[in-house]
Amino acid sequence: MTRRIPDIPLLLIAVALSSFGIAMVYSAGQTDTITFVATLWRTQATWFAIALAAAFVASRASVRFLDWLTPFAYVLTIVMLLLTLAIGGGAGTAASSKSWLVIGGMRIGQPAELAKITVVLMLARVLANRREPPESLLELWHPALVVGIPWVLIMLQPDLGTGIVFIGIFFAMLFWSGVNWRLLLLIASPAISLVLAFSTRVWGAWFVLLVGLVWLYRPYLVEGVVLVCINVITGVVAPILWEKLAPYQQKRLLVFLDPSIDAKASGYHVIQSQVAIGSGGWFGKGFTLGTQKRLNFVPEQQTDFIFAVVGEELGFIGVTLALTLFLALFLRAVRISTRANDPYASLIAFGLLASWLVHVVENVGMTLNLMPITGIPLPFFSYGGSFMLASWLSVGILMRISREGRGRGDLAVI
Amino acid sequence: MSHHPNDVARRATVARLLLVCGFLGFGWAFFRAQVLRNTEYLAQAEQNRFREVPLAAPRGIIYDRNGRIIAENLPGYAVSLLSPSADSLRSAMRRLSNIIPITDDQVEAAVRRWRKNPTRPAVILPDAPFDVVAVLEERRVDNPTLVIQSTPKRYYPDGPAVAAFVGYTGEVTERELADSAHTDYKPGQQIGKGGLERSYEAQLRGREGVRYVEVDARGRVVRDVGARAEQAPVPAPPLRTNIDMDLQQFVVGLLGDSLRAGVVALDPETGAVLALHSAPTYDPNRFVGGIPAEYWRGLNTDERRPLYNKVIQGRYPPASTWKLATAAMAMEAGLVQLDDYMPVPCTGGYRYGRYFRCWKHSGHGNVNLRQAIEQSCDVYFYQVGLKLGLTRLVAGGLKLKMRERSGVDLPNETLPQFPPDAQNYFNQRYGTRGWVAGSVSLNLSIGQGENAQTLINMARFYTALATDGKAARPEIVSRNPERVQIMNLSEPQMQGLRLAMAGVVSSRGTANSARVDGISVAGKTGTAQNPPHPDHAWFLGFAPADKPRIVVGVFVEYGEHGYVAAKIATSVMAHYLKGATAPVVSTE
Repeated sequence: MTRRIPDIPLLLIAVALSSFGIAMVYSAGQTDTITFVATLWRTQATWFAIALAAAFVASRASVRFLDWLTPFAYVLTIVMLLLTLAIGGGAGTAASSKSWLVIGGMRIGQPAELAKITVVLMLARVLANRREPPESLLELWHPALVVGIPWVLIMLQPDLGTGIVFIGIFFAMLFWSGVNWRLLLLIASPAISLVLAFSTRVWGAWFVLLVGLVWLYRPYLVEGVVLVCINVITGVVAPILWEKLAPYQQKRLLVFLDPSIDAKASGYHVIQSQVAIGSGGWFGKGFTLGTQKRLNFVPEQQTDFIFAVVGEELGFIGVTLALTLFLALFLRAVRISTRANDPYASLIAFGLLASWLVHVVENVGMTLNLMPITGIPLPFFSYGGSFMLASWLSVGILMRISREGRGRGDLAVI
Repeated sequence: MSHHPNDVARRATVARLLLVCGFLGFGWAFFRAQVLRNTEYLAQAEQNRFREVPLAAPRGIIYDRNGRIIAENLPGYAVSLLSPSADSLRSAMRRLSNIIPITDDQVEAAVRRWRKNPTRPAVILPDAPFDVVAVLEERRVDNPTLVIQSTPKRYYPDGPAVAAFVGYTGEVTERELADSAHTDYKPGQQIGKGGLERSYEAQLRGREGVRYVEVDARGRVVRDVGARAEQAPVPAPPLRTNIDMDLQQFVVGLLGDSLRAGVVALDPETGAVLALHSAPTYDPNRFVGGIPAEYWRGLNTDERRPLYNKVIQGRYPPASTWKLATAAMAMEAGLVQLDDYMPVPCTGGYRYGRYFRCWKHSGHGNVNLRQAIEQSCDVYFYQVGLKLGLTRLVAGGLKLKMRERSGVDLPNETLPQFPPDAQNYFNQRYGTRGWVAGSVSLNLSIGQGENAQTLINMARFYTALATDGKAARPEIVSRNPERVQIMNLSEPQMQGLRLAMAGVVSSRGTANSARVDGISVAGKTGTAQNPPHPDHAWFLGFAPADKPRIVVGVFVEYGEHGYVAAKIATSVMAHYLKGATAPVVSTE
């Protein structure tokens, strides 16, 4: 049943995204005052070559082999995350955090990038081994633990952005494994409470809905009580406590959660990013010609805010092209998940998709101030070796799953 | 997990739907920002990167009546810094202070300018010397927020000679900026501070232009975009004055630096100011672009008060120069004519309650009005004053505009002092029983008492004497010559008065020593008592006596006797009428 033909559309989409990305990293370096960013595109291109090789290797590994490898890779990831906490260092906007594994003064890489893949693999393994999807909160302890351990380690670095990615992966994979949407809603309810807490009325309506859900879904009594209590805490107590904090304490807490936030400067950065994108118009100011970027008004233009450069220089047309490529990638990944031979492979494909999706939504949303600022990169675009490598490893794994999956040779259909 | 194909297909549909909807949402968000709100964001991006650098317009050149330059513009340099915040401005200036001298005061002044208008480059050195500019240009790469631009600098070729009327320019102060009249001024701009520069500021100012520089996020200048044609500075049109620089220079040379005096020369027909000078003088060029502190202190502590304009600000009893006013009033009232004698001849004084002295203690004997004017007999005029009475004396003075400014086109002209009415003013001042109308009349009739006039206002009065009784408003720049009939005397009466005044500058008169060959001068000396200090000297007159072409007023502080002023006045007239050189007079 194994297809021999590789998934050419997936490959093309990923190569297109990477080429687009390297071009944007090149443009990001074209500033009026030349900085170190000017030569980064070469490094990025080198990483692309390495990543292609890695993807090829990954695509040669069968899903069975991955299955066998998963526990070891997962344990290795946890060890590396622990090591990072012990001897790690920071870089760039997050210089005070410990996200880099540093040995002998050399920055080896960011284990969190590896963790994004291994957690997907491990979670897929745990969820695939069940005959039926988890139907109560208690049954979720195993998958929660798989995600929870690395999540805690990453939040300790601290790195809120990556932490959010894990939560996204968790929910997406539960959804794909067939967990009832009402249960998902119950799990997510504390977070929703926290978000809705800004308005007492909205929160009140949500709380009535939640109680109704609990009554309808009938979880175990203890579960239900605990859930309602947690919602009350996040929705009512937490905001009150937050209000009692002095602004500098709030800021300190936010910066603790994500050191790339400089509460005072971040507002300015988002505004400049919006101005850059908005001033691009239909067709943009021309490749490498964005004034906001050239004059350094766009912050972190080669990493976190690289999409602002796309918007400014290539305009709405360029943005649409980039977003379409991403959508194509995701739809292709959905297709691969659907056609995968076994639940394990299917869950991996969907988990990798979720990981990318959270990155794209958060990063792109941030440039237009639709999402809060977290130091989270844009796949295939943002400058960074570890991330490029991780993204292409994912592509490689997807290629393999696609090849092993059911197919009718209709390559053109995404 | 449930891996039944139907379940998977259902979930895949949900996933696809969510993905497509989510991306359409993103697409809409970008469409709104990039297409719908493009103009707004584009404007913000432009505002981000462009900084306006003001280009000062050259001020209008001021000419004299013959086209000689009184005020012009020389190339100067202004140094500014672009700065996103006051703190960064301070630190940038601290860095600069390592290579050029910058005082703490200059730093604070620059910060104040920045606060007033943060998007404009903050001027740190409004008038930088060339060597400083050279040093800065060399280090420009290290200080990319620097903006150095050439800017016109006001220059007065004759400096001290024109200080009394031209004024000077300087940076607009915070007080001036707060004034509603200066809403269109911005910090760092130049404004006329005195004299013509202030009176004609609106005309002399020109329109400031704008040049753009492109800056990066840190405010460093990346490139110069230049100015658009329609935003180039518009130079102000020239300002032509009535001043005769040749005569002005002559007056300045005549007064030198030792006298404390004021001189004004007017055209009697139009009021055109031919010369106006106050000695000692100062150099307005040193005031431009900030007055050096020690120079300012020196001028303010100088007891000769160089900053005090003796022509338009100094206010002194007009003394005997006033006798023409008394005479004109009496003649207009039909009380006295030029050949009339008074009941009491002059024996050196006149008794009215107390003894009122004549300046000539031996007395003038029995004189008529003509002789009384020639020899300035006080006793004669005491009696004219009594005949007129206080009411007519005060009303007459008011009609002669002795309680009004001359209206010369200079700022800060002092209002003369003169009683507004014959009763209340004195009652309030001395109490109802504290004064006697007769005594007051006696004093007023000889230009003493409650009467203090500026030289320029007295000169205006003399333009009426020199013509048909119409006083001409003095004008440095011709506006609409304004002449007001202040005396209603017949032509023979006017001629008679002028003849009597010609007698003053003759062998018979008090200005005997001031005669000039070949020119008939008419005028009147005055010696204002100033106890315990030496008396002040006045002279007001015109020439030629029969058909006057120039009115000259001279006031010499502590000049002791009127003929001192008369000598200066006649020299000025002679120079104007025939270009003759006359000896410089001193108080010795």
